[in-house]
Amino acid sequence: MVGAAGTVPEVQLSAVTKRFRSGSLALEDVSLSVERGEFVTLLGPSGCGKSTLLKLISGLSPATTGEVRVNGMTPAAARETMSFIFQDATLLPWRTVERNVGLGLELDYAARAVREERVAKMLELVGLSHVAKRYPRELSGGMKMRVSIARALASRPRILLLDEPFAALDEMTRDRLNEELLRLKEEQKWTVIFVTHSVSEAVFLSSRIVVLAPHPGRVAHELSVDLPWPRTEETRETEAFESLVTKASRVLRSVSHGGSAA
Amino acid sequence: MKKRWIALNSAIVFAVLVAAWDRAVAWSHVPPYILPGPLAVATALYVRFPSLVNSLWITTIEAAGGLVAAILAGMVISMVFAQWRALRQLVYPYTILLQTVPIVAVAPLIINWVGAGIAAVMVVTFIICLAPVIANATQGLISVDENLIQLFMMNNATPAQVLLKLRLPYALPHLFTGVRIAAGISVIGGLTGELFAGSTRVGEGGLGYAILYASNQMEISYLFALVLAATVLGFAFFFVVMFVEWLLLHNWHESSRATASE
Repeated sequence: MVGAAGTVPEVQLSAVTKRFRSGSLALEDVSLSVERGEFVTLLGPSGCGKSTLLKLISGLSPATTGEVRVNGMTPAAARETMSFIFQDATLLPWRTVERNVGLGLELDYAARAVREERVAKMLELVGLSHVAKRYPRELSGGMKMRVSIARALASRPRILLLDEPFAALDEMTRDRLNEELLRLKEEQKWTVIFVTHSVSEAVFLSSRIVVLAPHPGRVAHELSVDLPWPRTEETRETEAFESLVTKASRVLRSVSHGGSAA
Repeated sequence: MKKRWIALNSAIVFAVLVAAWDRAVAWSHVPPYILPGPLAVATALYVRFPSLVNSLWITTIEAAGGLVAAILAGMVISMVFAQWRALRQLVYPYTILLQTVPIVAVAPLIINWVGAGIAAVMVVTFIICLAPVIANATQGLISVDENLIQLFMMNNATPAQVLLKLRLPYALPHLFTGVRIAAGISVIGGLTGELFAGSTRVGEGGLGYAILYASNQMEISYLFALVLAATVLGFAFFFVVMFVEWLLLHNWHESSRATASE
């Protein structure tokens, strides 16, 4: 999926460097362009700065040098078009599920009626209407993550940023949530930037995989995933899927050991 | 069913203890000015009841007034500390002085400022209750999960929203740890405060003053009744705090309820 010539990319990083206050170099000379509707996965070993990269795009953390643009704007200015999903569900334990989902709208002073209607719709979308009045402690890990997703959807983002959202879940739950995420993306027409260290997850979800190398974090390799859409359970059993996983694993292994990608 | 059984058991234990006390006094021929029997104490309680209730009421006002003032002031100070880190680092160490200030030495100052009486005792209680509230509430306010703060930032939350919708509810369990400690010492503060700064006019003395009076008059049975009343008062304070804590936290916090199963 490539944007028409002359349009502004959804997300663009030009020669971005990030140095932490401690002095360590997290990212060096990263340039990356993401078009509208793409599902781009940042894949890499720990220490490659993939989460840092996501924080730069979200505007939660400023770039040291270089430029980050979201639809031509600074990340801070474009913040309302983005939603961030964290590694853990980051739910507020003192709020019920529905009040957690409505948090963003509440902080935005949305009218109560609008909020209630939107929240109900989002909970239905992730199949959690029946636990609307429950507290997070009463939910399983997978359900909490779905609440977190519903919360991110409630503000109707154009861009979804996910930082290893399913890392703490068991494999079955993770697979199911991956399928659900793709279904939602199809419906909501997001641009998605997804961080993971799981190769199969990256292959299953992405239209494009960007492999990062560590110390300092930099773009080492790009891999286009040309598996057909929509992707389902069966996709994981195809030969094309297997061979892409093997290929991506090989690339990942080579960058982890400091060599350049094959 | 189980609850009733425990209540019954406690009643039996209580009856056995009182009976043992009664028999021990009767058989050992200890004179009543050393150790009065339970009947003598009950009689003193009955005869002096109006006066005892009056003393109890005054001490309750003093302890509760000082405690509530300390909770409110402690919360405000903690919020200021949470918002301005530099100020916290500068001033926080001085709050420890609140705990080390010898209240006996300060009592004359307090009397000098507000005059001996209920107000002075409240100030004494306030001073000794303040430190645990500040210490625990501040700890809670500043230990909020970094991801939750970033979640609020992604929603363009104002500092007031972060404080009221995130830091404050997050700090509630910590605050109650401090309040429980403060409630325990508030009754002691009231009693000892009365010894140094209480009113000595007829009908205006609290439990501390009454204890002093009973001891001077060698009314040992009444002294026992007063000690009993002071103990019950301390327990009542503790119980009220526990109840409010349960009201506010039982829905979502681990300390207040066993985990519900999904």
